[in-house]
Amino acid sequence: MQSIGDALGLAFALVFSGDPDLLEIVLLSLRVSLTATALACLIGFPIGALVAIGRFPGRNAVLVFMNALMGLPPVVVGLMVYLHLSRSGPLGFLGLLYTPTAMIIAQIILIAPIVAALSRQVLEDLHSEYAEQFRSLCLTRLQTVQALLWDARYSLLTVGLAGFGRAVAEVGAVIIVGGNIDHLTRVMTTAIALETSKGDLALALALGIILLVIALGVNAAVQSVRMTATRQAYV
Amino acid sequence: MRMQDVVLRFDADAVLKGVTMDLDVQGCTVIMGPNGAGKSLLLKLMHGLMAPTSGQIMWGAKAPSDVMSRQALVLQKPVLLRRSVAANIDFVLKARGKDIGLRDGLLEHVGLLHKATQPARLLSGGEAQRLSLARALATEPEVLFLDEPTASLDPASVLAIERIVSDARSRGVRIVWVTHDIGQARRMADDVVFLQAGQVAEHSAAAAFFSEPRSQAARDYLDGRIVF
Ligand SMILES: Nc1ncnc2c1ncn2[C@@H]1O[C@H](COP(=O)(O)OP(=O)(O)OP(=O)(O)O)[C@@H](O)[C@H]1O
Ligand SMILES: [Mg+2]
Repeated sequence: MQSIGDALGLAFALVFSGDPDLLEIVLLSLRVSLTATALACLIGFPIGALVAIGRFPGRNAVLVFMNALMGLPPVVVGLMVYLHLSRSGPLGFLGLLYTPTAMIIAQIILIAPIVAALSRQVLEDLHSEYAEQFRSLCLTRLQTVQALLWDARYSLLTVGLAGFGRAVAEVGAVIIVGGNIDHLTRVMTTAIALETSKGDLALALALGIILLVIALGVNAAVQSVRMTATRQAYV
Repeated sequence: MRMQDVVLRFDADAVLKGVTMDLDVQGCTVIMGPNGAGKSLLLKLMHGLMAPTSGQIMWGAKAPSDVMSRQALVLQKPVLLRRSVAANIDFVLKARGKDIGLRDGLLEHVGLLHKATQPARLLSGGEAQRLSLARALATEPEVLFLDEPTASLDPASVLAIERIVSDARSRGVRIVWVTHDIGQARRMADDVVFLQAGQVAEHSAAAAFFSEPRSQAARDYLDGRIVF
């Protein structure tokens, strides 16, 4: 067990040394979470848009369901994905368990509902402003959805960044379906959990620092997107 | 256009209480009346954005929803896209399968060409209203509905809009204009519909309406006495 001061010193040394193991972990984290975020947006935005402008029976039930999915506990998602992907599970033949793909799937399931629910809110507000004018212009449903998605682009970008923030910081699901295998499925959060339990605080802290920087970076990005958009009255 | 016994209710309240009127094929009809008389709702019914609770609205032999794409509506508060001025016009031209090349001409026509690259939502009230009008004209409508497009504009902007609409009218576009501005109604109207409390109090040729209004309500309104 190192003293915190020593560990912190080592941690900064690690961060700035460009340690290949560290880099590998960080890059895998980013690859998994960025891919999951992109796919979650691809799924979540259209669903959000359809629920936002659609008037169909059972719409309220869908809303409740979407909001409930937002609060899914990551370990439960991890467990469900594990059960499906494990050798005896229905998708076991794909051999995806303990691969980055499995982690991506788990993160998509975690954040797609968040993306869908938040974008639904954003798009519904915008639609209530545009609806009458759009109807007068006789736009098709597809044209309406496209215009809403484009005009909400800045808000949707912040929604995406919020999803990414949640994905990259999540540990419960990826440790179950990824297994935290060195050089294969070890990401920042799972490595921090492992190294801390092993007592290697330097590596844990180094990863913690990077994770913090990423979190701050995402927040700064959200902020600057907001400011750009506000300046042009595009929010 | 023919409107017969049109009633519009929200819950139990009848907002329009049996409106019957005919509009000619050509010209400019001005609709006047106190706040809350039902003018905006009447426009939306004619355009087909809403359906009446009872009664009938026909454009020739067709229902409003069938001719909506040949009509355009300029709302009192313009709803502009979160894009540049030019992109607001492009959007409509593209959506309607028209030539994007028409854009600059339209912007020129409403005096906004020099603002083409600016964010539309940063335009002043008068400029926004002119853009909204240009967008309506981009659809090349046969009927143009205007809901108080010049409320809260400066005199120059008011005249600019009147000029643009007069232009459209002389090209054969049917104009239906809601306004509170009596001077504007005198300048623009061929006929005037005076709406009060959800009923047509008077529908007369413009000259007759302004020289000797038949209804007491219209007389009071023109004299500036409040009509509720
Ligand atoms: N969705 C609605 N639900 C209930 N009442 C409504 C609704 N829309 C309008 N009204 C009522 O209908 C009446 C007529 O509204 P409308 O907007 O047509 O008035 P207006 O003649 O255009 O008035 P103004 O000169 O102030 O624009 C108002 O009293 C309004 O409160
Ligand atoms: Mg009105």
